[in-house]
Amino acid sequence: MGIQRSEVEKVAKLSRIALRDDQVDLFAEQLSRILNYVDQLNQLDTADVEPLSHALPVANVFREDVPQASLTADAALGNAPARTAAGFKVPRVLDDGGSA
Amino acid sequence: MSDERSVRLVVGLEVHVHMKTRTKLFCSCATSFGDPPNTHCCPVCLGMPGVLPVMNREAYRLGVMTAMALGCTINERTKWDRKHYYYPDLPKNYQISQYDRPLGEHGLLEIETPAGRKAVRILRVHLEEDAGKLNHAPGGEECSEVDLNRAGTPLLEIVSEPDITSVEEARAYCTSLRQLVTYLGVSEANMQMGHMRFEPNINLHVAEHGETFATPIVELKNLNSFRAVERSIAFEARRQLAEWDETHRTLKAAGKTTRGYNDDTGETFVQREKEEAHDYRYFPEPDLVVVTPEASWLEELQQTLPELPLAKKDRFVREFGLGEYDAGVLTATIEMARYFEAVAAASGSPKAAANWVTQGLAREMNERGVTAESEADFPVTASHLAELVRAVESGTINKQAGDKVLRAMIDTGRTAGEIIEAEGLAQTSDAGDLDRWIEEALAANPGPAADYRAGKKQALGRIMGHIMKASKGKANPRLVTERLEKKLSE
Ligand SMILES: [Zn+2]
Repeated sequence: MGIQRSEVEKVAKLSRIALRDDQVDLFAEQLSRILNYVDQLNQLDTADVEPLSHALPVANVFREDVPQASLTADAALGNAPARTAAGFKVPRVLDDGGSA
Repeated sequence: MSDERSVRLVVGLEVHVHMKTRTKLFCSCATSFGDPPNTHCCPVCLGMPGVLPVMNREAYRLGVMTAMALGCTINERTKWDRKHYYYPDLPKNYQISQYDRPLGEHGLLEIETPAGRKAVRILRVHLEEDAGKLNHAPGGEECSEVDLNRAGTPLLEIVSEPDITSVEEARAYCTSLRQLVTYLGVSEANMQMGHMRFEPNINLHVAEHGETFATPIVELKNLNSFRAVERSIAFEARRQLAEWDETHRTLKAAGKTTRGYNDDTGETFVQREKEEAHDYRYFPEPDLVVVTPEASWLEELQQTLPELPLAKKDRFVREFGLGEYDAGVLTATIEMARYFEAVAAASGSPKAAANWVTQGLAREMNERGVTAESEADFPVTASHLAELVRAVESGTINKQAGDKVLRAMIDTGRTAGEIIEAEGLAQTSDAGDLDRWIEEALAANPGPAADYRAGKKQALGRIMGHIMKASKGKANPRLVTERLEKKLSE
């Protein structure tokens, strides 16, 4: 199972990570090795095994719909690299097509 | 230009509904509207590393309830997934949503269209978190400002199959869905507050030269009013047909694009071409465990579902003999339906109660600019209105006086009985009084009296009018008519 350069470039672009040319080769090789390692699992016969989406044998964990105190705005903004008076400051966004 | 061409509009709708919970989906920050920015945030909804989201039980319950009301199959095992994309209003760089195991699938929403009822298939219902809000150029600055109060608030996404074939159906679908979620108490569905957002997927099926072609699908993002849904779809239908004539590009060749909608011009515009299409890289959310609702819990929940809007409307027609239109008005909101049923029961005259609620009361509410969104919006209580209905139905006062009494009830808060008593509005059935008014009226209207005797029955109206005026509306009209007709045929 090999990872091509083009796949590394695509994933890097989707993840907003800028890679140098030599890094693309490096990560393609490393990712291929990781996938090949995990690929060994395919030798097992899993025909009778239920697919698993979670490693814990736990289900149905809820909390009640009761409000608790939130942070103050200053605390919420405390780690922001840049802020306005009331919010997180980000470069001007033109298109408004982001959300869900 | 081709002959014998037929064009069919095909629309599927994704609707996001803002849910009525007290707290966010995965943390205990309060849901809020209009509060100062970033005052309802905690490490979880700020997307800090190392935090643990925990599912809001009420949001889950409301979501399953909606899926049930839409007749969906409820998944025995539901899970959450991370949907990755980058946008400044999304602090974690992924949204917790549901990918392959939504709450419910394969339902139906029955809608009413000008051409009759139609069932629109529901593909899926799932629960996800909302993003924050961006304020552009705050204080004129060359930047955008992020407010995360809304980040992590629960959204229900309801996706239809592409069964909608007209602008009218699209509107009916959206309004029916709004009515449903308010009946269920799942959402306030306040359009001004952005509680519902619509994303239609639109294309055309063009049949010409014995072949049918599908035009490229356009997804419109973030519409927030019924009017925007109607206008944007109508615009797209025209635009896609013109584009088809020009390019003959099919769905197969061009795929799907995303367009925005400008409410000022009523036009859509290119937002994202296919090559930039998102690859969301879904994977299971490792911080949330699966949910496996118990059959007994589901059964209990099913029992708590209220009677749904169209079922209620049908029952009002069947049980109370109301017309379709009135039954529709009286079931528009669940509060209205409850109110009407209370007046109907307490007055013992459902049909008269329906008239008073849809006409007299509705007119007074209209004039005062009140809409029936909650019980407190009704300016008189159901039992007080029922008392008025009884007073009119029993002949204590006539309809005209009833209108006057209703206004006084609203203005003063007094009961119908108190007002009728204080204003001396009770009708007179006293034979002596009635005959005196009749004699006067006949003396004053010799012309109409002669006309009536000569066979012009409608001449009676003039004489009746005189009597009602002379008696200040107190003469019992049924008795007056009887006695007057008798007198004139002597
Ligand atoms: Zn929070």
